[in-house]
Amino acid sequence: MYQQVKGLKELPLQEPLSPGHRLCPGCGASIVVREVLLAAPSDTVVVNATGCLEVSTALYGYSAWNRPWIHSAFENAAAVASGIDAGFKALARRGEGEEHPIVVFGGDGGTYDIGIQALSGAMERGHRFLYVCYDNEAYMNTGIQRSGGTPRGAWTTTTQAGSARAGKTEAKKDLMAIVVAHHVPYAATASISHWRDLMNKVRKALSMDGPTFLHVMAPCMRGWRFDGAKTVRMSRLAVETRTFPLYEVEGGVYRITVPVPSPKPAEEFLKAQGRYSHLFLPQNAAELETVKREIEGNYIRLEKMSQLTGQIFGSAASQQP
Amino acid sequence: MTQAGTFAVAALQGDEAVAEAVRQCDVDVVAAYPITPQTIIVEKLAEFVADGRFSGEFIPVESEHSALSACVGAAATGARVFTATSSQGLAYMHEMLYNASGMRLPIVMAVANRALSAPLVLNADHGDMMGSRDSGWIQVYGENVEEVYDRTIQLFKLSEDPRVMLPSTINFEGFIISHDKERVRLLDEGAIRRFLGRPAPKHRIDPKTPLTFGAIANPDNYFEFKMQQAEAMKNTLAVFNEVEEEFESFSGRRYGAVNSYNTDGADRVVVANGCSAGTMRAAARALNAGGEKVGVLTIRLYRPFPAEEVVANLRRAKSVITMDRSFSLGAPSGPISEDVKSVLKGAGLGAPVMSVVYGIGGRDLSVDDGKKIFEMAKDENSFRATQMLYGVKG
Repeated sequence: MYQQVKGLKELPLQEPLSPGHRLCPGCGASIVVREVLLAAPSDTVVVNATGCLEVSTALYGYSAWNRPWIHSAFENAAAVASGIDAGFKALARRGEGEEHPIVVFGGDGGTYDIGIQALSGAMERGHRFLYVCYDNEAYMNTGIQRSGGTPRGAWTTTTQAGSARAGKTEAKKDLMAIVVAHHVPYAATASISHWRDLMNKVRKALSMDGPTFLHVMAPCMRGWRFDGAKTVRMSRLAVETRTFPLYEVEGGVYRITVPVPSPKPAEEFLKAQGRYSHLFLPQNAAELETVKREIEGNYIRLEKMSQLTGQIFGSAASQQP
Repeated sequence: MTQAGTFAVAALQGDEAVAEAVRQCDVDVVAAYPITPQTIIVEKLAEFVADGRFSGEFIPVESEHSALSACVGAAATGARVFTATSSQGLAYMHEMLYNASGMRLPIVMAVANRALSAPLVLNADHGDMMGSRDSGWIQVYGENVEEVYDRTIQLFKLSEDPRVMLPSTINFEGFIISHDKERVRLLDEGAIRRFLGRPAPKHRIDPKTPLTFGAIANPDNYFEFKMQQAEAMKNTLAVFNEVEEEFESFSGRRYGAVNSYNTDGADRVVVANGCSAGTMRAAARALNAGGEKVGVLTIRLYRPFPAEEVVANLRRAKSVITMDRSFSLGAPSGPISEDVKSVLKGAGLGAPVMSVVYGIGGRDLSVDDGKKIFEMAKDENSFRATQMLYGVKG
């Protein structure tokens, strides 16, 4: 079991990620890290895939990390976590060390694409770690190139919007479905705008003995083209328009943790970002319809999955995150 | 404690002997992926796990890239770590080789050397390890099963030494040594563990002292990181001798960074590594019996390169024959040849060097072949070729 987070005052005063790092003002990833690690125990060990978060927080001579932190490569964060898990276990058995919680941070590039094999292997082998994918929906560190996590219709520097193409022509990969297919004990989505929901999901995940997964939306003001003062609002809009539903999957049972019974129109989220501006040109009306249809279809699918898996596996596994 | 000369004797394949050494060395974490001809190591360790004879963690990873990545994570916790691979697997690890050495993690790896695809071949040459020559790993080459067993044990001691803290490889030719069953005098487990002690790295992942591992360095610092690795490589030469001395004290066995057979006073000296060194010694013995003056210098420690010992042993040679079991395409000569020429020149020695490339993709080298190679070195035209391909058809 785990202690529920109810109010801000319960959180530790010491920042796990110190101010003074080099991430952009209004960076979603830094807020993800802050919320995750404030909810995690103070002896948590952090593994980081190569990406914005890594290059901006650990430039040699300085480190923003008040936690043991290790970065090794782009595609291998989950494999490195496997090794740490094994090392802790072997040393603990000898009385030469203790086991500590392991949290991995990887971006969408490092998770959806280049790191998916290492993640898949580590989840299948059942190592104990929480993998957090901070999803800013493109390779932001190298300058906004498409990833498997880039949504349909979005502009990136490798899915440009012109007369022949309207941004990315393929759907966003369903990462959660891939993770759930590994039968991990717990997987959930989260948004920095719903911090209590996020923190309790972190605590629940870390209470499990095995691999757990958190998919967090991390708006990127540079890549999405919006004012960096509105990062949290952007993440909230993603939830309120059903673009990024907040749900969890525990023991095979789906549950929407923040239901959105009357969603705002998807346009409110899409129009707020420069990366979708071409979707509102008359010639791209059909593409916009496809984007909206997929958003709605995904939410309805999750509702049905919740009902169905609840009936099959029982609702006993579900509880308030 | 085992006295020198009293051993449990076993008949083991090279791979089995490595697995036995890993078990005896009390390794904490093994992460490995199967690849021919290294697979027996992984299978044997899994058998030890199933029988309760290996108390460490065994991670059956989904790729070699993850094998070495898991080793990086495990070694950063301060655990003793081992992996094994071959050929394509080593190539797949390539990125992580630099990572492990740059992060100064004392991982030990067995490499059952196998040629690289394409075309795909399962048999031996050193092209796999030579392709990663500059990755900052200590490289030792063994020529028989017992030597490979002994070196595996020694390398944990060497890599974990605070003056070294570099990862290391024990190389042995696939099938020729990995699958060959030979007589091995196994050492006492207690003696091995006393010899090794436990790893005690200065820096490890520990929440009591939260450290940052694997930072990004800009051009104002990167060069200095590499310079420190080079210093550690230099230290390795001295520590290598200390480790061998201590190992000899309880095993009675010592190999050296190089091995010299009849090099003093020889007019033709072969420089070789791996199992062919033994073949060339047999050829040299036969020729010496017939009155010819030939010798063999075996490079056992290849990185760091034991330059002084190589020069000392070649100082009086009238001509030198280097033998590379790897093909550096488009290069003036093979990697061993380049190194030998470089140190000879540096020492002001002018002996001509005949650069032989042989045994590629597992092509056999017999004692008769060895004699022919010595014979070819009587002809000064042999020294004109950049890379003389021995044993190739057409």
